[in-house]
Amino acid sequence: MQAYDLPDAFGHFGQFGGTFVAETLVEALDELRDMYDKVKDDPEFLNEFHHDLKHFVGRPSPIYFAERLTKQIGGAKIFLKREDLNHTGAHKVNNTVGQALLAKRMGKPRVIAETGAGQHGVATATIAARLGLECVVYMGSEDIKRQSPNVYRMKLLGAKVVPVESGSKTLKDALNEALRDWVTNVSDTFYIIGTVAGPHPYPMMVRDFNSVVGKECKTQMPDIAGCQPDAILACVGGGSNAMGIFYPYIDDKNVRLIGVEAAGEGVETGKHAAPLTSNSPIGVLHGNRTYLMQNDEGQIIDTHSVSAGLDYPGVGPEHAWLKDSGRAEYVAVTDDDALKAFHNLCLIEGIIPALETSHALAYAEKLAATMPKEKVILVNLSGRGDKDINTVAGIAGLTL
Amino acid sequence: MSKIQTTFLRLKSENKKALIPFVTSGDPHPNMTVKMLHTLVESGADMIELGIPFSDPMADGPVIQRASERAIANNVGIKKTIKLVKEFRKKDINTPIILMGYANPIEAIGIKNFVSLIKDAEVDGVITVDYPPEESKDFVKLLKKQDIDSIFLLSPTTDDNRIKLITEQATGFLYYVSLKGVTGSANIDINQVSERVSNISKYSDLPIAVGFGVKDAETAKQVALISDAVVIGSRIINEVENSNQEDLLENIRALMTEIKNAIS
Ligand SMILES: Cc1ncc(COP(=O)(O)O)c(C=O)c1O
Repeated sequence: MQAYDLPDAFGHFGQFGGTFVAETLVEALDELRDMYDKVKDDPEFLNEFHHDLKHFVGRPSPIYFAERLTKQIGGAKIFLKREDLNHTGAHKVNNTVGQALLAKRMGKPRVIAETGAGQHGVATATIAARLGLECVVYMGSEDIKRQSPNVYRMKLLGAKVVPVESGSKTLKDALNEALRDWVTNVSDTFYIIGTVAGPHPYPMMVRDFNSVVGKECKTQMPDIAGCQPDAILACVGGGSNAMGIFYPYIDDKNVRLIGVEAAGEGVETGKHAAPLTSNSPIGVLHGNRTYLMQNDEGQIIDTHSVSAGLDYPGVGPEHAWLKDSGRAEYVAVTDDDALKAFHNLCLIEGIIPALETSHALAYAEKLAATMPKEKVILVNLSGRGDKDINTVAGIAGLTL
Repeated sequence: MSKIQTTFLRLKSENKKALIPFVTSGDPHPNMTVKMLHTLVESGADMIELGIPFSDPMADGPVIQRASERAIANNVGIKKTIKLVKEFRKKDINTPIILMGYANPIEAIGIKNFVSLIKDAEVDGVITVDYPPEESKDFVKLLKKQDIDSIFLLSPTTDDNRIKLITEQATGFLYYVSLKGVTGSANIDINQVSERVSNISKYSDLPIAVGFGVKDAETAKQVALISDAVVIGSRIINEVENSNQEDLLENIRALMTEIKNAIS
């Protein structure tokens, strides 16, 4: 059996991925790809990366057996990979540590980022502060409203947060604006993309940096669970936490890989952010070819999700490939079910999960109930929910 | 020979430079687009770039972004844009029309279907901002078969190897993006543009148009001295944005006349 080795040299995962950008960015992407090719197996770079992950981020993150949740559901055992315990509170920091080290090597004094939930923005601002880099974060004005604690955190960390008023005023528009900044300031600026989207080499590079999550699971699971998981679950916005935990398991065909998208008000209502589950057509956005929520003339349509981090009309090209190849499965969970899972985990395990993560938790509960007790489910607990308390309180009719 | 090529040959023999205005289809309203195109031709346009509205115009600055948003609010997309060209062709079969847009709308209706629709509407060239040559070989082949020109962008960051690669695929003319930035950006450095344009001309006999930072008659004049064609977009959309419906055509005519005089 041939080991999984995608993408190809041009960033293609089968028909997905690639480099669909304006000409001005091609040179910068070539330069980035060459630099990444050079350092990705360089022991010195990897040492620096893992040193930072250990001492600054706090890795390895533990795996925790959610015993009371497991009892409550009464099916398969549920384990949680605790990315919420990382410095800055989500998996996002794994990738920003890696990309910021690249920025430093390339001598770029300025970094930019897009952010939806604000977790990637906070992680970027954090690492920029630590390395003394100028940092500008683009954030849709809708998201600025619903994730205000993170906006203030970024400001505390010295980043400039630029509200984006175009289009749907959410993550995709923030990405557009960051790309516009990059085209303009390409000589001195490094664009730290926060998910496994964008043009090649980003989907591959962001996956690689986040794959520390899955690699740790491989060594931790036998110790804590006595076996590798039967199924791994992760929420999918662009798909970086999911790729991070899936990737090291792709060749382990007996491990089910399940990505959980945001069904918003329900996939059947059209108000969702689930391009894979809704069987959206293939298209080109933000530098790659993937499944994309769009109308029949190729205009990207507005997405809906209670969680800003999943509110994205596309999905990383590798997920598109994993879906088509049948290696991974994709499902969707509504706002309501995600909120129920959010509250449940707070009360039964003493963990406040991110709303994004709550989608994966909701499906884990559903799936565990259908599986026998000796089976094992591993959920990527991608982030903590401190940033979401205003949203959750608002839904309950409270203002904080 | 394509209409774009014959137009450039004619201009060259007359010792003139091409003026290529850009407007977005369906902005400010679909029933104005054809009238605007005729007005542009009457007031000196040698060819026209017509923008296909897209929801996520990553390479465009705020002015053309807003034009796209207005057009989409008017329900104008890729299909209506092609229909508007067809309507324009009822009265003007000579002026080359170049569609400019992004890959997704084209792929959404299918590249084969797109090429056959624009052939039928007598479109002369296509610029797809986010289709670098590496990712658009099939598309370029389809266009070539129908004698429709594939126009590629070159930028200040395009090195000589890429200039070679791009000029191998390009037909009609080359479009040099005069600055690092989005459409409608600030000032261009004319000396730098001049240097880059003469470097590009070492690799290709195709005419070279310059655009992205041309915002007044004076800049247009300088650009015309060092290139074969001047593209002007955001400055015209400013008129669209700031004019009453009754004055729009006259305001466009006045602006175009000023620029035409400056480059003649
Ligand atoms: C905690 C958390 N999980 C998941 C996501 C979704 O991103 P991705 O799909 O790239 O993991 C985000 C994005 O902001 C997040 O903050």
